[in-house]
Amino acid sequence: MINESSIGMFKRALLLAMSIVVLAGLAGCGINKIPTYDEEVIAAWSQVLNQYQRRAELIPNLVNTVKGFAAQEKEVLTAVVEARSKVARMQVPKDVLTNPQAFKNFQQSQDALGSALSRLLVVVERYPDLKSNQNFLTLQSQLEGTENRIAVARRDYIEAVKRYNTELRTIPGRWWRALLYSDAELKENFTAPESVQEVPEVKF
Amino acid sequence: MPRPKQQTGSILAWQSLPIVLALGMLSLFWVLPQAESAPSFPTLAGRVVDEAGLLSSPVKRDLENRFADYERATSNQVVVVTLQSLQGYSVEDYGYQLGRHWAIGQQDEDNGVLLIVAPKERKVRIEVGYGLEGQLTDAMSHNIIQTQILPLFRQAKFEQGIVAGSQAILDVLGGAYEPAPVRTAERSPRFQGLFMLFIFVIIGGQLLSGLFKSGVKSGVVVGGIAFFVGWLVLGSILLGILLAFLLFFFHVFFSGGGSGPLSGTGGYYGGYRRGGYSGGSFGGGGFSGGGGSFGGGGASGGW
Repeated sequence: MINESSIGMFKRALLLAMSIVVLAGLAGCGINKIPTYDEEVIAAWSQVLNQYQRRAELIPNLVNTVKGFAAQEKEVLTAVVEARSKVARMQVPKDVLTNPQAFKNFQQSQDALGSALSRLLVVVERYPDLKSNQNFLTLQSQLEGTENRIAVARRDYIEAVKRYNTELRTIPGRWWRALLYSDAELKENFTAPESVQEVPEVKF
Repeated sequence: MPRPKQQTGSILAWQSLPIVLALGMLSLFWVLPQAESAPSFPTLAGRVVDEAGLLSSPVKRDLENRFADYERATSNQVVVVTLQSLQGYSVEDYGYQLGRHWAIGQQDEDNGVLLIVAPKERKVRIEVGYGLEGQLTDAMSHNIIQTQILPLFRQAKFEQGIVAGSQAILDVLGGAYEPAPVRTAERSPRFQGLFMLFIFVIIGGQLLSGLFKSGVKSGVVVGGIAFFVGWLVLGSILLGILLAFLLFFFHVFFSGGGSGPLSGTGGYYGGYRRGGYSGGSFGGGGFSGGGGSFGGGGASGGW
């Protein structure tokens, strides 16, 4: 009698203990990883947009300052202005992170602006007056800082997406996605991290 | 009649053992941090890390004192580091990663500044945490590098250049930041671990001690089981030992007779809190980053 009831209790206790172990295991083994990583990707992406926006805002001032000293460099200046307005006009759809075409367009137009800017900074080398202008120096250091921030933001985004996509494609994330997060989609990534030293450094 | 029951019981136990072990092992792996490719960084031995040996010790001490006073007043963390090598990275690339690695600046404020000097590559950089980008702007950092630091560096006066640059950084930041108390916030992962431990102690303790008669001997058994479960599932030997002790004491002193779940909870809880915090507390003294982060703000220069 005593024996039987204690065995029954033992079984029940064991089952309970097992389910606790399983539940605790779940919390430790990534049931929350997909939403967590998703949020990290979104945060990293908004940082990328932020820094690109910051760069776009520097450009009118920069172009005006350069114009004052090197108006004859029309071609390069126009290229920057056009690339900038293309970026400003660009419609970034809501699903840009999961839409390969939209993401590619975004990357291309931002990269085009980046290379137009670096050409401008090369041309500027020929104008010693401009290079010693305080306003220009300030703008230039801001532009360099912003390019560096863009590089960092892009790299953080690349890392975040890598983590998120890997989680979706590997077990157990694969199972969690099938079970609970069927709306989670793989996200697009930058094809290459923008080099930190994209902007040629101006020596004094 | 008792025989088949006993058999199923023992079969269940033996079958479940590998499952429990496997789950525990898996969670152990998932808890391990993933390694990322990054340059290797010097140890953060103090507010001035002179790996390249550019500073004499009185100057180093003076700078450290100035930075320490400054942090006490504003909570901003300023660190000077001279590097033997950038290991093939650009100074911008190395700088923000070093800042993040050391976590200079207070958590949630990101108010750290690094003055990085790499004499081998002839590069200098002021790396500014997110929170100070508004005061120590890129243009300002650029100006400090160009007007305070590089003229001296070009004459190989490294020590003077570093001192002038450090002073300029402090001057720019001077008093513009609201003094905030230094935070010692617990990180959430530790909380999570403690929370899980807590659940384990409460439920596991009730179940386990229900299985055995009260007494020291069975207490050892309960503790042993608790240790393995704690170790495997929580992924930490320390937590396992802690769990084992708690359950052992609980079993020996509180269980037996009809101790209800609630009367037990109080005992567990008190034990858990004291044990958990003392086990995880940090030692005093020394300098460490406050958890700040960097996003590539600042300026660089070369000579």
